Amino acid sequence: MGLGLLLLAVGYFLGLYFFGSPTGGLVIALIVWAVMSLVAYFQGDSIFLAMSQARKIGRDDFPRLYNLVEEMRIASGLEKMPDIYIIDDPALNAFATGRGPNKAALAVTSGLLQKLNRDELQGVIGHEIAHIKNRDVLLMTMAGILLGTIVILAWYATRIMFFSGMSGGGRRNSRSGGGQGQAILVLVGVILMILAPIAAQLLYFAISRRREYLADASSALYTRYPEGLASALQKLATSDVQVRTANKATAPMYTINPFQKRGMSVENLTSTHPPIAERVRILRAMGGASYADYERAYEQAKKQRLLPASALAATGTVVMRAARPEAVDEKVEKAARVRETSQALWNLSGYRTIDCPCGAKLRVPPDHGGDTVKCPHCGRIHQV
Amino acid sequence: MTIALWVILGIIVLLVIIVIAMYNGLVRLRNQVKNAWAQIDVQLKRRYDLIPNLVNTVKGYMQHERQTLEAVTNARNLAQAGVGKGAAERSKLEGELSGALARLLVVVENYPDLKANQNFLALQEELTSTENKISFSRQYYNDSVLRYNNQTQMFPSNIMAGMFGFKGGEFFEVAAPEEKVAPKVSFP
Repeated sequence: MGLGLLLLAVGYFLGLYFFGSPTGGLVIALIVWAVMSLVAYFQGDSIFLAMSQARKIGRDDFPRLYNLVEEMRIASGLEKMPDIYIIDDPALNAFATGRGPNKAALAVTSGLLQKLNRDELQGVIGHEIAHIKNRDVLLMTMAGILLGTIVILAWYATRIMFFSGMSGGGRRNSRSGGGQGQAILVLVGVILMILAPIAAQLLYFAISRRREYLADASSALYTRYPEGLASALQKLATSDVQVRTANKATAPMYTINPFQKRGMSVENLTSTHPPIAERVRILRAMGGASYADYERAYEQAKKQRLLPASALAATGTVVMRAARPEAVDEKVEKAARVRETSQALWNLSGYRTIDCPCGAKLRVPPDHGGDTVKCPHCGRIHQV
Repeated sequence: MTIALWVILGIIVLLVIIVIAMYNGLVRLRNQVKNAWAQIDVQLKRRYDLIPNLVNTVKGYMQHERQTLEAVTNARNLAQAGVGKGAAERSKLEGELSGALARLLVVVENYPDLKANQNFLALQEELTSTENKISFSRQYYNDSVLRYNNQTQMFPSNIMAGMFGFKGGEFFEVAAPEEKVAPKVSFP
């Protein structure tokens, strides 16, 4: 892994300068990395979820969502159902988090539940389940830590070098003699210290984008229906609502870049997500649903390789399933989804719903004192 | 001379590790196949349990559709009785049950009262999901069988497979009508 090698290189040169012993530098780099890893590993997913004000749901709170997740769990071969959360937000997005397949969580915004139909929602959930199955959260966390460690070490190194001057470093390493070789080593070290953080960042974002493509490919394989995810991504791209609680730290975890409309450029090297138009194009160019089909479509669009040969070997032909017959009335279906989602959200907040015979729907807050409530339209008294 | 000895020892250790890894890999894939087959059963059973509930909910609204309802109940009983039989037989029975259910759901389109009933909507969601789960678990089973077969047939693990008796698995072929595109329901 590129980032790992970069860290080791930085550690080596640090040691060379300040301790006369490169192995000492390596050890220090590894210790810093290990400490940060442990902290991140055990902090887990609760931080992201708390930051987004997500609410956990069970099977009965929202059967359609629960069923979709369970269907994807079966198709992907995940052993344990991830925890499912809903975020009360009109924006369209979803994210997956958690240490690994056994302790994973998946969150969906209420906007997504309202706007996407079953196939599209399944495509998105397939994408998130793929992140869980491929351990992408763990991978990106580790990569983030490597990046952080490199940046910290390089920063300290350049700072100290600046104040103590080159000669100080050269003198401490007089044991090997031969000034020429020494000077070159010093120069390489300096360049590394300055370029390392930049290179590390670029690598980090490149890794993140690659994993997104891989998750798209996996979702197509699980659902056998890449058009579902493609159509969902298109809806996500054209929606103009911002996710309220996203920030730079949580951006890689979302299905699409949550900052797409805020003027932050979404299609350059520092983006965590590939451009949506590209993702949609690749998905729609697939001739079947296997990894080999995705790879073919990807190579056609990007002229690069994505998947290693071992992943493509012997996948066999995987046929896409046919499109399901369209809903008889798209508007009626959408209205039903909106109703279902808002009902679930009210229930999650502890409100009880009473249907008055006059047609009004009464929502009783959880802190309602007393055991009767009066309908504001017709005046009937109901038992709570 | 001792260096050559160490090298030979190292190679032997490496080979042993490789053999263990291959064996464990085959065991893992074989268990995945068994597990996937059991998962199909779980979903099929869930469907059996849902159907009586569905028929009861629907009966009151659809008094003139007795034949369709009876067809569903009969197909379900036949499929449930076929649990112990072989894969081909079961596949046929399950396919017939899927067909009967699909016909029932088509008929339901003519009863707007029924379609607005909350209980029925919840049941329909459960049924749709169960059908999907059956199809996904079959898909996963076939994927697992493919991976297992590949491992038992490709070099070098085929040597291992032959030695320890790992045979491949059978694909679950389906001849069910739901695999084709369902007819579009059009209103006059």
